[in-house]
Amino acid sequence: MHLHRHHDGLGGSGAAAHRPDGTRRALRLGLGGPVGSGKTATVAALCRQLRPELSLAVVTNDIYTREDAEFLLREAVLPPERITAVETGACPHTAIRDDISANLEAVEELEERSGPLDLILIESGGDNLTATFSRGLVDAQIFVIDVAGGDDIPRKGGPGVTTADLLVVNKTDLAPHVGADLARMAADAKAQRAELPVVLQSLRGEAGVAEVAAWVRERLAAWQA
Amino acid sequence: MNRAALLLLADGRFPAGGHAHSGGAEAAVRAGRITDAASLEAFCRGRLHTAGLVAASLAAAAALGAEPGELDAAADARTPSPALRDTARRLGRQLLRAGRTTWPGGQLDALATVFPRGLHQPVVLGAVARAAGLGPEDAAYCAAYESVGGPATATVRLLSLDPFDATGVLARLAPDTDRVAGRAVRAAREALTDGVDALPAASAPLLEISAEAHAARGGRLFAS
Repeated sequence: MHLHRHHDGLGGSGAAAHRPDGTRRALRLGLGGPVGSGKTATVAALCRQLRPELSLAVVTNDIYTREDAEFLLREAVLPPERITAVETGACPHTAIRDDISANLEAVEELEERSGPLDLILIESGGDNLTATFSRGLVDAQIFVIDVAGGDDIPRKGGPGVTTADLLVVNKTDLAPHVGADLARMAADAKAQRAELPVVLQSLRGEAGVAEVAAWVRERLAAWQA
Repeated sequence: MNRAALLLLADGRFPAGGHAHSGGAEAAVRAGRITDAASLEAFCRGRLHTAGLVAASLAAAAALGAEPGELDAAADARTPSPALRDTARRLGRQLLRAGRTTWPGGQLDALATVFPRGLHQPVVLGAVARAAGLGPEDAAYCAAYESVGGPATATVRLLSLDPFDATGVLARLAPDTDRVAGRAVRAAREALTDGVDALPAASAPLLEISAEAHAARGGRLFAS
């Protein structure tokens, strides 16, 4: 795990870890994963859990523009000025990896508009197993898959599953209904990821997003240290 | 003069945000004005000789060192649609970010400081070309080519158009692109002595009108 990833000195790239006034900028966490795996629901749950203690904002990268942003607005997880939708021109992975300029602009605008923030969650549009965030955009990334998408996904691997700083296997409550083998998913994920952490979660269960929220707090403490 | 830098700046993979924009092609596809390679070619030819010519002349003038604020005002005067002005400044900010990191230097840093809300993209394009050691012809070519390259790429995604057909369209437009770039540079040189009013003001009303409708519409794939 790389808890300290210093990007100081990259100038205009936007990855610099400090604001022009010398204070540390918000931690930027990316959430990626296939369509329907529960990225937006995880973002909403994280916002509810963390907003009493942190100043945070969200950037969504939709395929059809504002769907995810509008879900978050409807759920009222954050005030509207804390949610920005980036449009991706039919290529969601391009906007988080190959050409991050619109997302960098969005995170900087959020900090300008809202004052200093602790945390910015950047959600990718639903994509495939190869989609990852550029290190120029985020400080760490979470890859969200779900049991209903097939319990062979951890075994198949791909950059999201193998290299994300946290792998979330979502919708564990559905496992008995779709015949998914949770123990096998966990073992396959462990084999693919060595020491990198994996969380199995059901947002409908009592614990909900608590384990992921705890991981986020740990990253933030390391970032601000 | 650094010809390889031109390839870098003109490459569609240059990370300056263009991939999320269709240059009006999505609105035209939706309205049934682009349906195949032939109608894409007609659309692109129209765009090249109007918005493309204006953008190329602004870029060439900026590359020659004309005052960016004046060029930006000239671009505003030639862009009736508020949505397109907003898009142009947003893309200008994204290009300036990419340009400053790719070709670091005081001139581009100063632009970012003096114009924090951004400048029209072609004005930034000219300034970035200058910072990259390129001349007004290069800047004009970049802008002119970009004015048709963006819509052609977008149409491949929007209509599942055969990518070879779309590339053929761009090849057939090459002689027009040459002429537009040449005309843009001549106008830019005139503007240095006679002021920005010497720059072309060719307009495509349907592009402006449909950009407004597109900006207000949900369920779109491209930002503009």
